[in-house]
Amino acid sequence: MTTFLNRLLRLRRNAWEMVASVLIALGVVMLMQPLSLTLFSFSFLVTLVGTVMFIIVSHFPE
Amino acid sequence: MLQFPIDRIASATPPAIAARVKGLSDRAIAWLFVAPSIVLLLAINIFPLIWTIRLSFTNFRVNRPNAQIEFVGLRNYINILTDRDIWLSMQATAHFLIWTIVLQVLIGFSLAYLINKKFRGNDLWTTIIVLPMMLSPAVVGNFWTFLYQPQIGLFNYVVGFLTGSDPSSFSMIASTSLAPWAIIIVDTWMWTPFVMLICLAGLRSIPPSIYEAAECDRASKWRQFWTITIPLVLPFLMLAVLFRGIENFKMFDLVVQLTGGGPGSITELTSINLKRAAFEQWRTGYASAYAVILFVTVFGLASIYVKALNKVKKR
Repeated sequence: MTTFLNRLLRLRRNAWEMVASVLIALGVVMLMQPLSLTLFSFSFLVTLVGTVMFIIVSHFPE
Repeated sequence: MLQFPIDRIASATPPAIAARVKGLSDRAIAWLFVAPSIVLLLAINIFPLIWTIRLSFTNFRVNRPNAQIEFVGLRNYINILTDRDIWLSMQATAHFLIWTIVLQVLIGFSLAYLINKKFRGNDLWTTIIVLPMMLSPAVVGNFWTFLYQPQIGLFNYVVGFLTGSDPSSFSMIASTSLAPWAIIIVDTWMWTPFVMLICLAGLRSIPPSIYEAAECDRASKWRQFWTITIPLVLPFLMLAVLFRGIENFKMFDLVVQLTGGGPGSITELTSINLKRAAFEQWRTGYASAYAVILFVTVFGLASIYVKALNKVKKR
């Protein structure tokens, strides 16, 4: 966990890509889940943040 | 003297242009060749995408070209993301997507595994299995509506024969509980051969020497399957899931032909819903916002999937 946080602080690509991927996956689950309309309403925002973050962090150093 | 077309083109090139091209570097010539593709890509992909994003913030209606276009900010996005019908249509899409992928991967891989064994008529069976994939979705949708007919349909007859129930006692297309499964069955029937072909390519790329080494180490067939076959076919399987996932997220023609989104709106997938908003209600701005939401979702999913695929390949 500490290593992961260190990598985040040092702007390493893998760690940040992991965060972006989790956000995208979370957004898609929120978009398609049958439980809460509120979650559905915020799904696009989460997916969009994740996708934009993914595009940016894929240019970070390894 | 025999003249090739390229010689004729070279001799027909005006000297002024020929002299100019002669002075170009390799890099410039490469750009010259790539430029038409880039221009085409910009014109038919990038420009419409940017235009769609712009329209998604307006109240533009394509059937009212002379009406004043107003900037509505995020209103279209808010309307879509608080609409219960769209939420239900997303759930219908998720149901369709998950089940088609699970069934197609399981059946496709099993068929590839069987076809990969050497037996008589191997090629003939491969051709027969691949046939559904070559048909047009409109044709497939049309003839499956006949197969699903409660009175005369072969599907109902077979189910009735196997279960002992009356074939006309159920209707796959008209029943709210069966219609989602009706479209899943047809899509699986049509696209399992595609997954099978990709898996078959993966299975045939495994060198036999690896299995021979495993035999020497007295590894059981079960162990060989889990430690050789599955890991080496996994990148191919993931590629198949990516292709089918993106395709099924946009599924339109087959479902329109089969159920038209009905009964009610139980099989109304997002692309059908989007088409209704754009070309039946003529809410172009709203439909553009809807399209942007779907695009970002597919793009995001594809990004993480390609990353996972590269990781598996590196292994």
